Amino acid sequence: MSSVQIRDVRKSFGNFEVLHGVTIPIEDGQFVVLVGPSGCGKSTLLRMLAGLENITSGTISIGDRVVNNVQPKERDIAMVFQNYALYPHMTVADNMGFSLKLRNASADEINKRVKRAAEILALSPLLDRYPRQLSGGQRQRVAMGRAIVRDPQVFLFDEPLSNLDAKLRVAMRTEIKELHQRLKTTTVYVTHDQIEAMTMADKIVVMHDGIVEQMGTPLELYDKPDNQFVAGFIGSPAMNFLKGHVRVNGVATFEGPNGVKLPLKTAPTASDGRPAVYGVRPEHFTIADDGAEAEIIVVEPTGSETQVFAKVGGEQVVAVFRERHQFNPGDKIRLKPDPALVHLFDDATGKRLNA
Amino acid sequence: MADVAIPRAKPQLSEDSAWIQLKHNRNWLGFWFMVPAMAFLIFFLAYPLGLGIWLSFTDTRIGRVGQFVATENYEWLWDDSIFWLSVFNTLLYTFVASAFKFGIGLYLALLLNEHMPFKAMLRAMVLIPFIVPTVLSALAFWWIFDSQFSIISWSLKQLGLISQNINFLGDTTWARICVIFANVWRGVPFVAITLLAGLQTVSPSLYEAATLDGASRWQMFRHITYPLLTPIIAVVMTFSVLFTFTDFQLIWAMTRGGPVNATHLMATLSYQRAIIAGQLGEGAAISSAMIPFLLAAIMVSWFGLQRRKWQQGENND
Repeated sequence: MSSVQIRDVRKSFGNFEVLHGVTIPIEDGQFVVLVGPSGCGKSTLLRMLAGLENITSGTISIGDRVVNNVQPKERDIAMVFQNYALYPHMTVADNMGFSLKLRNASADEINKRVKRAAEILALSPLLDRYPRQLSGGQRQRVAMGRAIVRDPQVFLFDEPLSNLDAKLRVAMRTEIKELHQRLKTTTVYVTHDQIEAMTMADKIVVMHDGIVEQMGTPLELYDKPDNQFVAGFIGSPAMNFLKGHVRVNGVATFEGPNGVKLPLKTAPTASDGRPAVYGVRPEHFTIADDGAEAEIIVVEPTGSETQVFAKVGGEQVVAVFRERHQFNPGDKIRLKPDPALVHLFDDATGKRLNA
Repeated sequence: MADVAIPRAKPQLSEDSAWIQLKHNRNWLGFWFMVPAMAFLIFFLAYPLGLGIWLSFTDTRIGRVGQFVATENYEWLWDDSIFWLSVFNTLLYTFVASAFKFGIGLYLALLLNEHMPFKAMLRAMVLIPFIVPTVLSALAFWWIFDSQFSIISWSLKQLGLISQNINFLGDTTWARICVIFANVWRGVPFVAITLLAGLQTVSPSLYEAATLDGASRWQMFRHITYPLLTPIIAVVMTFSVLFTFTDFQLIWAMTRGGPVNATHLMATLSYQRAIIAGQLGEGAAISSAMIPFLLAAIMVSWFGLQRRKWQQGENND
C-alpha cells in the first residue's frame, strides 16, 4: 500500500490537450473515485497512472517514487479493465496466476496466492473454467482476482461495472467496497456514474473537460458543491437551476424567472440585483402556503418517494417527496425550497456564491 | 396472395390437395433453390473426380477408349522410380515452402499490425504477388533465374562475387530452391493477410493487461498472440498446404519438372504422362495417388480446427 501523488499532470494528443494540469493527492489506503462525463479525461489519467499512456508534463508518484519513466510492470499496480481483458484461452486460475508466472514465482506460491484470492472472491469452484463459461459478474470477479493475486501498492479500476446489468452492478458495488475495507489497498476508481462514486468513495474527484472541478468526500460534494457543474453532476435526480437576480431589500430573496420570489437565507455581500443561478435539490422542496406557485406536469410515484415535475415561473423543476401526494397534471401547488439548503451560483462563471 | 387464400377458403377441395401441399412445402421449395448449386458441384467437381478415379483403373489413352485393368496402373507406379521421386519432390516442396510461408507470413502480419507510416499502402503492396497471375510471375521468375540472362547472376558478377553465371534452373538443387522460392513469394501474401486479419481480432486490452502483468514483447507473443491465433493458423496453413501440394502452374512455367525430374511434382508428372504422353489412365492414377495425401492434410486440419475448449461458451466481448 502506498500513497499516490498526481501533480500538475498534463496530457496532449498531438496539439490537443486533454488534461490541463491536474493535481490530486491520494492518501495511503484511500478509495478515490474519479468521476465525470465521458471525454473529461478521467480514463486517460488512470491509464497514465498505470503507465499505458505517457505523461506530457507534471509528475505522478506512487509512494515516494516518481513513476513518470517507470515501466508499467515495475509500478506495482494492478488494473481492472472495463471489458475485463481476461485471457480467453486461459482458465480462471491461469488468468489469475499469469503475472506471477511471468515473474517466475514457484508453482506452490502461485497456487497458494490464487487460492487465497479465489476464496476472497468466492471463485474457488470456478478455477478450472474458461472466461467464456462465466457470467458477467463472475468475469468481473476474476478480473479483480487477477489484481488481488499480485498484492499491488495500488488498485486501478476503469469503469469496471459498466458492462453489467443494473442489479448486478449494485451487488458488485457493495462487493468492491467490502473488498477495499478488507484489503485496505489504495484504490483509484474511474466511473461516469455519480451514484457509484457517492456510494463507494472515500474521496470523489469530479472532473470535467480535463480539469478537476472539485475534490472532497461524497457528502461535502453533495452539501457544498463548488460550482454549478458539480452541483448538477452529483445527486439524483439532478439539482434544479433557476436563473434570476439576487434582491436585498432588508430581507434577502431571489427573483427567479418571470418574477417568481424564492427564499434565501443570506445574500452574498453587495449583491443586490446581481444575476445569479439559484440551485435547489429536488429533495429540498416542501409544500408550503408561502411557497412559489407551481403547475404540475407529470407525477412519477416510485413507492418509496414521489417525483413531481412542475413548472415554476415557466421553468421546469423536479421535486421529490417522501410522502405520497395525490396530484394531477395541471394542479397548482406551492413549492418552497428550504432556504438553509439552497445553493447560489454566479451566472457567468458558475462559481458558488453563498457560504 | 391469391393461391394462398383460395385453398384456405375451400378446404373441401381435396382432389388437388397433394399438389397444393407440395407447392406450399418449404422443403420442396428449398430443394429447388439448392438444385443450381448441386448441379454445379456434381458436374464440375464430383463427376470429374469420379471420372478421374475411374480412368485410373483403365488403360485409356488419348484417342482410345480404355479397358478396365483394375490396379495395374498403380502396380506400374509402385515400381516407377520417377513417380516416387515426384512424391518426394512434392512432399519436400510442400513442407519447405509451407514452413517458409508460415514463418514469413506471420512475421509480415505482426509487422503490419504495428502502427507505422504508410500502413495502408504497405498492406496493399504485400498483396501484389497474390494478384499477379501465377503464370506471369512464373515467367518473370524464369527470366530472373535464366542461365544466361539472370539478373541475379549478372548482379553477383558485377559485384565480383562470382565469375560464372549460376545455372539456377539447370542444377537439381538450385532448381528446387528456385521453384520453392517462387512459390513462397507467391504464397506469402495469402498467409500474411489472413493472419493479419486474425491478429486484428485480438483485443488490444489483452495486451494492456499483459503489459501490466509484466509480460515482455516476446512473452506477449508466446502467451497471448500465438495461442489466440492458433485457430486461424490451422485454417490458413491447411489451405496453404493444399494449394502447394497441388501446385502446377509455377513448376510447369519455370522448369516443366526438370532438370532430370528434380522438380517434378505429382501434378506436373500426371499432366506430362496423361496429356503430353497421352497415357490418360496412368496420369489419372498419379492424380488419384494425391488423394490420400490431401485427405491426410484435411484430417490434420479437421482436428486442428475443432473448437478448443476455451472457444466454447459465450463471447467475451
